[in-house]
Amino acid sequence: MSQLVEIQNLKKYFKTARGMVHAVDDVTFGIEKGKTMGIVGESGCGKSTLGRILVHLEESTSGQIIFNNEDVTELNRRDMKQFREHAQIIFQDPYSSLDPRYTVEASIKEPLLNSGKYSQDEALEKTRELMDLVGIAPRLRLSYPHELDGGRRQRVGIARSLALNPEFVVCDEPVSALDVSIQAQILNLLKKLQQEQNLTYLFITHDLSVVKHISDHICVMYLGQLVETCPSHELFAKQYHPYTKALLSAIPSTDIHHKMDRIILKGEINSPINPKPGCRFATRCNYVCERCYEPQTLEEISPNHFVSCSRVRELETM
Amino acid sequence: MNEEKAFLEVNNLSVEYVTKEETVYAVNDVSFRLEKGKVLGLVGETGAGKTTIARTILRVLQEPPAKLRSGSVIMEGKNLLELSEDEMCLVRGKQITMIFQDPMTSLNPVMSIGKQIAEVIGLHSKIPSNEVRSRAEEMLEIVGIPAERYDEYPHQFSGGMKQRVVIAIALACQPELLLADEPTTALDVTIQAQVLELMQKLNKENNTTTILITHDLGVVAEMCDEVAIVYAGEIVESGTLEDIFEKPSHPYTIGLFGAMPKLNEDVEWLSPIEGLPPDPTSLLEGCSFYPRCPRAGETCKENKINLVKVSPSHMCRCCLPVGEEEQ
Repeated sequence: MSQLVEIQNLKKYFKTARGMVHAVDDVTFGIEKGKTMGIVGESGCGKSTLGRILVHLEESTSGQIIFNNEDVTELNRRDMKQFREHAQIIFQDPYSSLDPRYTVEASIKEPLLNSGKYSQDEALEKTRELMDLVGIAPRLRLSYPHELDGGRRQRVGIARSLALNPEFVVCDEPVSALDVSIQAQILNLLKKLQQEQNLTYLFITHDLSVVKHISDHICVMYLGQLVETCPSHELFAKQYHPYTKALLSAIPSTDIHHKMDRIILKGEINSPINPKPGCRFATRCNYVCERCYEPQTLEEISPNHFVSCSRVRELETM
Repeated sequence: MNEEKAFLEVNNLSVEYVTKEETVYAVNDVSFRLEKGKVLGLVGETGAGKTTIARTILRVLQEPPAKLRSGSVIMEGKNLLELSEDEMCLVRGKQITMIFQDPMTSLNPVMSIGKQIAEVIGLHSKIPSNEVRSRAEEMLEIVGIPAERYDEYPHQFSGGMKQRVVIAIALACQPELLLADEPTTALDVTIQAQVLELMQKLNKENNTTTILITHDLGVVAEMCDEVAIVYAGEIVESGTLEDIFEKPSHPYTIGLFGAMPKLNEDVEWLSPIEGLPPDPTSLLEGCSFYPRCPRAGETCKENKINLVKVSPSHMCRCCLPVGEEEQ
């Protein structure tokens, strides 16, 4: 199948007073059209920055983003506007990503009018369709964000990002701020929309059960680097990287009879400022050795399953 | 649970938040009992009234706007709600302590973390003042922070470390009752695992009775002996961990389990609970869950539903509970 989005050696460094923050460091992967790529990792691992770069809210430091066979890192203004219609983002916090002075209708209508493709009347018509699509009752069209609950606000956010029929949508923790019963409504909605419109998602979350449910493929990130990537069902059956293993074992299970053997990690995530070469997880890893402080490469350990750990084969035989 | 053994008894607790415009009925007739050394999980969604219950027990509600309508909190035969503020000060921090949700805001930013721990010890323990510091350092070591960091300030610590400091403060005087309000919600999952393990270890060592407030059923399964499900300020179902996780009978509890994506099974679609929680400013006549309930009938609309026994340890507030044969 063809890849809609492909990123190669993508890097994003932020300059701060204390040094260079390596927020995204040499990340490479591709997403097939109509599929969902899940990005998981803990806070500060660079997953949101990655999402923002992909829709060009942030310039990358180096690397390529190929969208529909075209490198979008060096587009001119006009082509960029076109690209933005095709690639959209849904933000984490529906409380702060909507303009508090815009009604639901005005919020959804705004991108339509900005595109210049719709007249006022057409935009209004399309807004009604969008509200229906994401499940907001017509009576709420003149409500303001503060009058809506979190789930409905997120529906408005979804309607806005789908307004111009994008092909690719970055979902940046779209359900983290919601209660579990509402979260399920939004996850089902995102899935339904994907099936109806053949959307391609990059789904960023820290919640592993959510990512398992929604993704076809998963990337695990740690401190800006990709540590493991493979098809979703495979990751939960077999993990190779010591960090992925610890991450999965740390999830509290609702199964009260089968307790997982938990791997408790030492220490905490270290600083992404001027990191040392080699594996960034080395300082917390139970299997650290000399070789871990040399640069690591992503290696295909089984078909379609890539791991960035120099000891991976050795650990498997242990 | 038999009569004599109850360590904590909460009876018919009702709390409202009264403002000029409206009254929010936050907690409605909540009763539960807890034996010494047990861990109770209070589970519910945002606004269900979980935190208000905990704050009422510790008597740190802001009054006004909060207003205690009725109820009693009996701990070891003493009604906490009738104590004078001076008497309550001796209970708070010594017998009962609380871990707040957000470690970023519950520490004093201009006081070293060591001093914040020493403050509680100095107030409540009868140890000589020259030993307070060494006791506080010991507490730091217990929660896994090197004692050398005694003089550092909260901003020098990460989120997980700060939550450990909060736990050290809460456990410094070996409380009999610990109220933990979403202690790990703000933390990453690997750090959450560290903190939960620490809490489990300390609970076991000190035989601390604990009320754990959370919305995460996975955390409940790890930590709790008993569970109470809170919806719209009411306990809709309560029982042992096995009762709730294996034989849930309230439609809301079952809805919660269905709405959660699970790691050990694959489903194409989740089953969300349709609709929204009720408006807490106007209580419904009948069952508070009926507008969202897939099983609701006419009787649910009309009458207040009482908690009924499903089994000796298992209570459910539903007139059409889901029986075993249906599950």
